[in-house]
Amino acid sequence: MGTYVPNTVKEQQDMLNSMGYSKVEELFSNIPEEVRMKRPLDIPDGLSEMEVRRKLIQIAEKNKVFKSIFRGCGAYRHYIPSLVKQITSKEEFVTAYTPYQAEISQGTLQAIFEFQTMICELTGLDVANASVYDGATAAAEAVIMCRERKRKKAVISATVNLDITETIKTYCSGTDTEIVTVPEKQGRTDLEKLEEYAGEETSCILIQQPNYYGQLEDCDAVKKIADKNGAKFIMSCNPISLGILKTPGEYGADIAVGEGQPLGMPLAFGGPYLGFMAASESMMRKLPGRIVGETKDTKGRRAFVLTLQAREQHIRREKASSNICSNQALCALTASVCLSVMGKKGLEQAAALCISKAHYLAGRLCELEGYGLVYTGEFFHEFVTTCQGDARRVMEGLEQHGILGGYPLQGENSGNILWCATEMNSKEEMDELIKILQEVNG
Amino acid sequence: MELIFEKSKDKRGCDILPSCDVPVVEPDGKYLRRKELHLPRMSETDISRHYTELAGCTYGINNGFYPLGSCTMKYNPKVNEETANLPGFLNIHPLQTAHTVQGCLEVMKLAEEYLCEITGMDYMSLQPAAGAHGEFTGLKLIRAYHRDRKDDKRTKIIVPDSAHGTNPASAAMAGFSVINIPSTKEGYVDLEELRKAAGEDTAGFMLTNPNTVGLFDRNILEITKIIHDAGGLAYYDGANLNPIMGIARPADMGFDVVHLNLHKTFSTPHGGGGPGSGPVGCRAILEKYLPAPRIQKKEETNESIGRVKEFYGNFLVVVKALTYILTLGGDGLKKASENAVLNANYMMNQLKNTYPVPFEGPCMHEFVMSLEELKKETGISALDIAKVLLDYGIHPPTMYFPLIVHEALMLEPTETESRETMDRVIAIFKKVYEEAQTNPQGLWDSPKNTPVGRPDEVTAARNPILRYTF
Amino acid sequence: MKEFLFTKTHEWVQFLNETAARIGLTDYAQKELGDLVFVNLPEVGDEVTVKEEFADVESVKAVSCVYSPVTGTVKAVNEDLLDQPELINSDPYDAWFIEVDHISAKEELLSGEEYEQFIHEEE
Repeated sequence: MGTYVPNTVKEQQDMLNSMGYSKVEELFSNIPEEVRMKRPLDIPDGLSEMEVRRKLIQIAEKNKVFKSIFRGCGAYRHYIPSLVKQITSKEEFVTAYTPYQAEISQGTLQAIFEFQTMICELTGLDVANASVYDGATAAAEAVIMCRERKRKKAVISATVNLDITETIKTYCSGTDTEIVTVPEKQGRTDLEKLEEYAGEETSCILIQQPNYYGQLEDCDAVKKIADKNGAKFIMSCNPISLGILKTPGEYGADIAVGEGQPLGMPLAFGGPYLGFMAASESMMRKLPGRIVGETKDTKGRRAFVLTLQAREQHIRREKASSNICSNQALCALTASVCLSVMGKKGLEQAAALCISKAHYLAGRLCELEGYGLVYTGEFFHEFVTTCQGDARRVMEGLEQHGILGGYPLQGENSGNILWCATEMNSKEEMDELIKILQEVNG
Repeated sequence: MELIFEKSKDKRGCDILPSCDVPVVEPDGKYLRRKELHLPRMSETDISRHYTELAGCTYGINNGFYPLGSCTMKYNPKVNEETANLPGFLNIHPLQTAHTVQGCLEVMKLAEEYLCEITGMDYMSLQPAAGAHGEFTGLKLIRAYHRDRKDDKRTKIIVPDSAHGTNPASAAMAGFSVINIPSTKEGYVDLEELRKAAGEDTAGFMLTNPNTVGLFDRNILEITKIIHDAGGLAYYDGANLNPIMGIARPADMGFDVVHLNLHKTFSTPHGGGGPGSGPVGCRAILEKYLPAPRIQKKEETNESIGRVKEFYGNFLVVVKALTYILTLGGDGLKKASENAVLNANYMMNQLKNTYPVPFEGPCMHEFVMSLEELKKETGISALDIAKVLLDYGIHPPTMYFPLIVHEALMLEPTETESRETMDRVIAIFKKVYEEAQTNPQGLWDSPKNTPVGRPDEVTAARNPILRYTF
Repeated sequence: MKEFLFTKTHEWVQFLNETAARIGLTDYAQKELGDLVFVNLPEVGDEVTVKEEFADVESVKAVSCVYSPVTGTVKAVNEDLLDQPELINSDPYDAWFIEVDHISAKEELLSGEEYEQFIHEEE
């Protein structure tokens, strides 16, 4: 059995004796008999390191790793530069606690400060926090940031990923914020309906860009509607797309949030991922979570600290606007290293490759009988097509070829498929997919 | 230290991606970014060195003793990192069909099962991403339970004043109002105050047990009974689970819902602030409210509180925790708890004649020392002691928590420290106490050997600089 | 100069006339709180109520409520404090938080001497 207790049984006994005890049980004298466990834990005996590793390898082998992936829906396969894993495996970064003791945590603090800067650069906004759990909780926190006494309605587009909307609903269900969903029209937010739904009680309007179906939204029009009603404008963005797409800052958004997973994090069955949040200067003090600031030490040297802490739960307790008391520091570091290695050129290139590949794939799919684009607007790296036959069956058929096909949609889009292509999908691989689908179509 | 942006040089960079093998497509100009994007332009050598330098200014578990009370900074086993990095876990899309992710589901099912056994709970959800997220989720279950019973008058959560700040914050976020009750001077729940506070508007009560001064509340059955008799539910904050694995279970203490911190008790690393994992366990009466999606093949209930995040939680963190549980086994977990308690008592016994410990009797996995007297005598505060410890290469204990003890320093050595390490640290603590009497100025000037000295936090908060300006 | 009156929760009040007053924090309070880094103020038009909080002040590691000695309507807020909270530390009796009018109730207030006596006893 494995153990991480260094002291031998004899040393343990010596320590007990030195305190005047004879048995370790005596240290637990405060625990009443009635609540003591009377039997051993029903958990198998411990394993040696070799055994435990073998067991986990066996479990992992029960999963199927696909060589080609054409599925996104909030989790994207991108190339992860080699340096990312090397840096983020450094013990100091991996094992440190939250940087409460600034003097011995300058590494973590500076890395977060640099991350905040990069998120501001990506989104075109003024300030960013040290990150939150994921893109969905980032969106929920953003909606809560916009709460005002006289504005109780958050208006959310139906083209936002449903997982995000559901999370926002859970976060807001205990508060007096009401969630109103604006329907979609042709795969984009129905702007006429948005005009109708937005009013003086609207706290914010949330749009996803590119949206769940991959379509590019007319954010200028949304911003106008938000302004007209005095509502805040929140954009949920894909960080890779911001390499070339107009930034939330340029659209005049008040808050930008998003899922940072595409910046160097593996798919990992859904987590851990990274929620990023940026806002205009005027909303700085409403940002939840950790924020790192630059200052000087007693000798005038540059130093970084956790700052604006009086917003947070450990000080404000039940009056805090969020209960978050951590960030995804290691994931934020992952994103920073990824962005540093990619640089401006690399990020632009990744975004451009995503668009080009997705359009190639869409074009090729449309050559097939029964396949056609469902929406006609411009798209980034995801798009919806019809399907010849039962979409689920067809996608499952691809599995035996080592291909994870697009995602079979549900609801009104039932029978249609949401595809995704990134820089990871080569032309050869896409042609292969088409060939197999042709065979299936027979 | 220079920021990465200050090291950036025009035209430098790395070459990572291939050129495009399909016709190039660009979106309409109106969708394109015009704003300049500043990201580092650097060679891989320089980026690598930059982050290596940052790592050098970061104090991790392997740099030395890390007795941060209530944070359970135990050693993070390397085999956990290996198993979490298996390609069969890393490269799995969360929306693959069920039959292609049986390994992931097995990990989650085993983790759920073992965590249920350790806590005595009937069901577990691995969705919450951190302790505070777990609190929020657990409180939502309590809310859903009362609502489902049309018991809408239950709007209040009772929280002792010794609680972590997240407790009241989570309760407020989940839509409750908070009643703070004072604790006894030992940090125990004041039964009289609890009886007074509990009533027909009580939705629930949150407690950390062992409590935040490191003592097991021996009235625990009476406490949970008072809450249940009033019609409320009892919430267990799992921050301090480390000393009681295999010894006492929250369910047997009368708790109805718990959250755990896999990054504390179950040895997954803290990552400088995350990612963690904060599973929520509950009794059968609360099962139908658990967040969606669940692993079981059951139809999802309409009563579920809904989603609390994307997908299924911080999966890789769960892999690490499962690896730890499998390594230690049932008996090993109990031994870990026993040694956590033994180590804490050993340190407390060696230090209590120098630094007053305001509470009597054996502690559990951590203990609190009060420097109130020292501060009165010498002007040296808990903060000053913490800062001089940095010069000795020790991470300071938790400072100024719990709020009910003045000038508090809270030590949690954990079971993974050897006697020699503790003896060395005990000697340093005693030496520092003497320095406080003989050379207080030396302490005020500390730390001296760290990359930077005490930072000016007032200026940082008054005139926030939160990003680099290009 | 109009007379300053005080509360036991360490606010000062300066009546401008029968139904209007300025409110701030006492010198003793700012010393106890230390360097202030931010202040949350109500908006013009908000109602304030006797003995209920209307603002809070933040230091680096603490937040403290500020209570209203009167019931009335906020006529003006001192926006300078938002940019320079340090004014509360440097000149507490000039650093008013809000001006209230339509005052309909007030708590029992202490004179300067009584307040001195009160903080002396507190210590």
